Parts: sequence; structure tokens; C-alpha cells
Amino acid sequence: MTAEQTNYRWQCRRGMLELDLLLNNFVDKKASALSMEQAAVFEMLLSYPDQTLFDLLLGNSVSSDRRASALIEQIRSTPFD
Amino acid sequence: MSATPEQNPAEASIERRQFDTLIIGAGGGGLRAALKLAEADLSVAVVSKVFPTRSHTVAAQGGMNAALANVLPDNWHWHMFDTVKGSDYLGDQDAIEYMCRSAPKAVYELEHFGVPFSRLDNGKIYQRAFGGQSQDFGGDQAARTCAAADRTGHAILHSLYQQNIRAKTHFFDEYFAVDLLKGQDGHVLGAVVFDIHDGQIMVIEAKTTLLATGGAGQLFKTTTNALINTGDGMGMAMRAGIPLQDMEFFQFHPTGIAGRGMLITEGVRGEGGYLVNGQGERLMERYAPKAKDLASRDVVSRAIAIEIREGRGCGPNKDHVLLKLDHLGEEVIQKRLPGIRQTCITFLGIDPAEAPIPVFPTAHYTMGGIPTNRFGQVVVPVKDTPEEPVAGLYAAGECACVSVHGGNRLGGNSLLDILVFGRAAANHIIEYLQENKYHRALDEEQMKLVVEKAQQYNNTAGGSSSEKIETVAGLRKELKQVMEEHCGVFRNKEILEQGVVRVEQLVLRMKNVKIDDSSFTFNTAKVEAFELENLMAVAVATIHSAAAREESRGAHSRIDFPDRDDKAWMRHSLYSFDNGLDYKPVRTKPMSVASFPPKPRVY
Repeated sequence: MTAEQTNYRWQCRRGMLELDLLLNNFVDKKASALSMEQAAVFEMLLSYPDQTLFDLLLGNSVSSDRRASALIEQIRSTPFD
Repeated sequence: MSATPEQNPAEASIERRQFDTLIIGAGGGGLRAALKLAEADLSVAVVSKVFPTRSHTVAAQGGMNAALANVLPDNWHWHMFDTVKGSDYLGDQDAIEYMCRSAPKAVYELEHFGVPFSRLDNGKIYQRAFGGQSQDFGGDQAARTCAAADRTGHAILHSLYQQNIRAKTHFFDEYFAVDLLKGQDGHVLGAVVFDIHDGQIMVIEAKTTLLATGGAGQLFKTTTNALINTGDGMGMAMRAGIPLQDMEFFQFHPTGIAGRGMLITEGVRGEGGYLVNGQGERLMERYAPKAKDLASRDVVSRAIAIEIREGRGCGPNKDHVLLKLDHLGEEVIQKRLPGIRQTCITFLGIDPAEAPIPVFPTAHYTMGGIPTNRFGQVVVPVKDTPEEPVAGLYAAGECACVSVHGGNRLGGNSLLDILVFGRAAANHIIEYLQENKYHRALDEEQMKLVVEKAQQYNNTAGGSSSEKIETVAGLRKELKQVMEEHCGVFRNKEILEQGVVRVEQLVLRMKNVKIDDSSFTFNTAKVEAFELENLMAVAVATIHSAAAREESRGAHSRIDFPDRDDKAWMRHSLYSFDNGLDYKPVRTKPMSVASFPPKPRVY
């Protein structure tokens, strides 16, 4: 696991199973390939409250930040095994 | 033993801090207690392995029961009856009375802390109807559940966290508690913890310690619980020689997404969705010809498990059944079940308007836990006394077993439990500290052992052991599989006894665990190893308790003993490492009203 992945790993431990699964799956498969800018956006998303993140990742609400909504789409569309 | 032990260089750098109270866990129970204590001007440390507002309380959507009578007539005594009946008469009636009487006050307190409860037009708090609630001792449906829209847990957790910041509670965020510390006289005096960021170990000395670490849903492969729910406080209690109570009672929800765990609400079947087996049959017609898919949770869960066990499952591995709702049409699904649709699309790539949802019973709530009385004091049997308090140690919330849920928890009673008993524990701690003003001396030898334990995974990479090396992920996966197969909703003697053997084997293999990350920075592999130790302890208690209980009561349902047996089994199970299984009577005498004697539980 890369340093970035270990750093993210604990921030992806959340209060809701749905977030655990989506975020960890994304970190496993995509996090090492994030650009510096995308990594900054990902860290911003991880700082959101669980309920906000849940609504964004489950499509109940849409972020007005285009970079954030692009990354959210990437997280949502990362296939599970 | 020397009173001033020599310190080796590794220990010399270990920081020691002192507090009046150490609280382990920052969900609703821990934070409610912390707030009460901080407001009483006590020094309070809250240790949480994740940032407090990422605790699992955030996932509680339903609401919180309190007999406010804002919508329909209600009173606490009816709430008490429903809770005793729901518990299948295994709940302790003194604790249940206390909880139901305290409920309205708990709601008003939350309101003052800033929780935005949903309102009626007249300005009063809105209350919704939930399963298992009645008026007048089993009469018409009651409306008892207060909610802040569909995010009650989130609102409660955030309000309590903000209030604690205001009250200057000391938070140790992203610290992991390894084990409890004791004095020579058996008092519990804090814990050894480490900072997940840099691995730095710290000794927290406390006059009182409250375990509020939540449930253990991660025991099972299919669960609604977040990854953090690994029964840490229960594992710590077990290693401190304390038994776990009623662990065979685990609530399963019949329809979780197969292989993922998240809940598909009963509302889907309420709207006309139905379950189908691998042969395309409506399977519930066989098990509940009248109620069919709307039969009670345990009936539906067991039906699904039996179909799969008898080879009528769906998919290449025949390991799930299908929940069909495409016949309702896209418009109805989008209008009435938008959240479910979104969840299925996100996690399965399946649109339920077009294809059925693969489902399997999912582990939801741990009714059992660390035995406490209604003051939150941890209690253990000592000689002829079944409930002797352990000095200095408290537990509250899902990790505790008061027991208000008994054999089965009612919807809306879990948030109530954590708030009422978090507060009750704090009240007792305040009293206790008036009598116990000074820090007691730690048992330094015991502390050394715990510090060593905290370091045990620091240097295990590439060990030269000739024994087979086990990985945390591998053992955890096996444990969850074994628990699902042998201690899930389908239980009989043979399956449970095989499960006991398999769990014991896994525990033995735990000592060969090696982790391949020996760094000190964000070493999550080390945390996961400690979490697995806790899960193993909880699994041992759970499977032994389940194998021994030869009756069906509440969520513990035995194919070979289908009836409740009050004569032999109206008693609490206790399982400890030292003494194995033991039992104690149910507290059937309430505080002020007459007992509710056991009756058949019919809804």
C-alpha cells in the first residue's frame, strides 16, 4: 500500500457501512492514480460530515463544486469485485 | 513487588495522563455521559478510534421512542409493556421501567442541545408509528417515535459533539484503546491507548472508566454495521475477566443486499415487493401463507436461510434469494422508494425497476453485551451475588447489556437506550467520585503487560516462526463466514456445535497473526489486528451462549427447539474466558409498578 493509501485508509472509516464500502473500494483501486489536484479534492470530501457525504455519494444531492462532483462520479462508478 | 518499578527505555517515553473519567467510544452513549460529567466540572477524556462524528450513531435513521402523547394518547407504562413484550420477557423490568419513564426528559434535553426534531403543525414534536408499539398494553398502534427527519442519529451525534466542545471535554481523536488498567484491589483505573497517527502509546489513568464502544456487527459476513463495529469494549471486558451477557441474541434484518449487507427496508415489501427462490417460487407462501412477505422479521429471515440451505437459493453459488419489485413499475419505485433504487444502482449496478435485488439476512444489532445494572455500573457474579459492581467500571449503549432489549430490540429503543443510560452512568460516576476523590495506585505489573500488548504488532513483519503465518484479513474473513453459517438465523444443535469447534480453532490461529506493516505512521494494519482480537473474543462468547440455549426466544431461534421455555430458560446467559457459561435470573420486578408476567408473544 502506498503512503497516500494508508493516510486515506483511516479517514475512510466512517459511521455508515455505505461510505465504508464506497470509499475503501475507491482507495483500493483508484487512489494511487489520483493527480495532486484530485487528491486535494478527495481530502476535502473526506472532511465532510458522514450524512453530507452519504447524500453526495448516493446521489441524493449534487455538489456545486465541479471538481468535487467529477470525483464523486468517479467514486460512484468504481466497480466492486 | 517494588513500589517504584524501574522503567526500561521504551517505557520511559510513555506519557501518562490523569482524568476523573475516561470514556472509550464517542457515539451517542459516550458523548451523552461526557457532557453530563464535563458540565459537573469533572475532567473527562473521550478516546475514539475515529473522529467522534463518524461514530455509528450517525447511521440511526429511525428515531427515538418516548411516550410524549403528541399524536395519539400514550404513557410510559404502555411503552414499558411493549418493551418487555418485545424483549420476549428477557429484559430486566427495573431497567425498562427506568428507561421508559426517563424517555420524555431525554427527548427534551436533546431538544435543548439543538436537535431539530420534526414538528407537528401545532408546534409539538412529531411522532411516527413504528412496529411493536401499542396503546393500552397491546391495543391499537401507538405513535411514539420522535425523529429529526430521516437523520435523527446524525442530528443527535452532532449536537452532542458540539455541546461537548463547549463544555471542554478532552477528546483523543483517532486513538485506539488496547486494554483496561487495574489497581491491586481490582478497581478499574483507566486504559492503555495509542495514537493511530504515530503509534505513540499513552497510559490514561482514571478514577472511573466508561465503555461506550458500540456493537459488534462485524462478526458476521453480511451486516448493516460500519467497519468500526468490532466489539472493542466487549473484547476488553472479556480480557479483564468480565463475562458477556446474552450474546446469543443478535438481531438480523431479513433483507440485506447479498454480499454487501446494507438494509433494504421493509417498506419495499410493504409496497408490494416479494421474495423469490431459485426455482422462481414466491417462497413466503410456504412459510406464512397468510401474511406472506409481510410476516415478522424473524420468520422471513429464517425462511430465506432455509431456502438457501435446502438448495433453492439463487445465483451461481445459490447463496441468496431475490426481492422482486420490478412489477411495481418505474414510476412507483422512483416515487416511493428512491433511496432503495439509488442504493441498488450504486452498489449492485442493478436498477430494481428492471431486475430483482439479491438479498440475504443481515446482522443489525447486538442485544447482548457487558452486563450492567440500571446505573450503568458493570456487574459480575461474585459467589452467591449475581450482580456485584466492578469498582470504577461502567458501560453504556450497544456494548452494554442493561438489559432493556432482552431477546429482541424494538425499533426506536436503541437511541433511547444510549441517551438514557449514558446519562445514568454519568450520574452514578458523579456520586462515586464524591466518595472516591483521589487516584488509586495502578497495578504496575499489570500495566506493563498491557503496554507490552500494545506493542505486540510493532515488529512482526517477516518473522522466522515455523508455524503457518496468518493474515488479519484472511482470519477475519473466515471468522465472519463461520459466524454467518453457524450462528446466523438458522440454528440447531449440530450447526452450533460445529461452529463452537470452528471458532475455537480460529482463536488458536490468532496467535500466528503477522502484519506486514511495521511502520508507526497510520499503521491501520495494527489497529485491524487488535480489532480482530476483540471480534474473536465476542465470537467465542456468542457461539457458546447460542449453542447452550435450547429454546427459541426473541432473535435466538432454534429449529430444534422452536418454543420459548420460560421454566428452564427465562434467565440471562453469561460467558467468560475463565468460567465459561453461567446464568443469572431476569430481574422481573420493576421499580414501582407490577411485573409483566411472561405471555405468548403474538402481534
